[in-house]
Amino acid sequence: MHGFANPTRFLSIARPLTPILLWLGVALVAISFYMGLFTTPADRLMGETVRILYVHVPAAWLGMAGWTSIAIASIVELVWRHPLAAIAARASALPGAFFTTLCLITGAIWAKPTWGAWWVWDGRLTSMLVLFFLYLAYMALARESQAEAAAGRSGMSRIAAIFGIVGAVNIPIINRSVVWWNSQHQPPSITMGQSSIDPVFLWPMAIAVLGFSLIFGALVLMRMRTMLAEIRIEGRLRRKAMGASVS
Amino acid sequence: MAVKAKHQRLTLILLALAALIGAALLAAYALRDQASYFYAPSDIEAKGVEAGRAIRLGGMVRRGSIEQAADGVTVNFIVEDGKASVPVTYRGITPDLFIEGSGVVAEGRMDAGGTFVADNLLAKHDENYMPRELEDMKLDEIKQQAEATVTK
Repeated sequence: MHGFANPTRFLSIARPLTPILLWLGVALVAISFYMGLFTTPADRLMGETVRILYVHVPAAWLGMAGWTSIAIASIVELVWRHPLAAIAARASALPGAFFTTLCLITGAIWAKPTWGAWWVWDGRLTSMLVLFFLYLAYMALARESQAEAAAGRSGMSRIAAIFGIVGAVNIPIINRSVVWWNSQHQPPSITMGQSSIDPVFLWPMAIAVLGFSLIFGALVLMRMRTMLAEIRIEGRLRRKAMGASVS
Repeated sequence: MAVKAKHQRLTLILLALAALIGAALLAAYALRDQASYFYAPSDIEAKGVEAGRAIRLGGMVRRGSIEQAADGVTVNFIVEDGKASVPVTYRGITPDLFIEGSGVVAEGRMDAGGTFVADNLLAKHDENYMPRELEDMKLDEIKQQAEATVTK
């Protein structure tokens, strides 16, 4: 595991992996969108609006998966002091926040014709909105802690990691919200090996989930590479400044 | 030495996680009534909601219960949850998915006579996604729902 802690070794894997994930993901999303828009039928009750499923479900999944990655990377950062883990956690935040926003927006667009309201304060929607705010707070905290770490005070860098772990409490709440409480949102369609989504909708949805997940992975790798490059530039500039002041 | 510190940190985080999850579960358990989005008819029967208090009522629209009043804009129907039922009256435009045998959430209040007067109706979609072409081959219930949609 510590083999990957070496940024050079990480980069030698991440560099070729990024375009593979990205283009495979784009291709899968394109296939699922084509199926979703042209080859799949309308739903028996919702009609054509069911097609937003192919964006809404992957967005919801990645919004939650993004925070789960932050939490896991934060545990690795705190326990093993793995230097790349902190970067991986920070790199997952913006893509996760993006997909959470996409989930909220597509959900509202879907809710209006289906339920009759853009927004309702039930358990599922509220806990998803909380996730969005958690992302904003995490990103602000991560940026501050980075500035603190650059200034030589390392205490702050762990606060983001602790926040990442504490915030993970919201993930099972989002997942269980429609089971624990009466809600406007329907109960889960997919449970332990059973699906009440007809295969004709399920397959394009699964392809979309996989495709968006690969794109998400590529985005995280890209952001990790950017952050590593920034750290290197800073280090080089600092050495240069010190060399200049000595001579 | 370094290994020991690592184990200490791991134990600490696992303990903290257990405490957090425990706290979250307790909070969710305490909220089990308050965080519910609506009252089911059986909740209203069991607990009794005072007339005039703004609440949401959720359940299934009983089959054959939707009646258009003579004025053309008032709908009367019965919401049930398998254990109890509540008559509802609503004046306004119903959402597309408001059909018999399907889920509904009504915002409004109970009147003195035990009828729920709704100001707003929200349709509830169930967890089933099914194309229109296949509806005849599936369960009877779904077929009936689809027929209700067509005849509405």
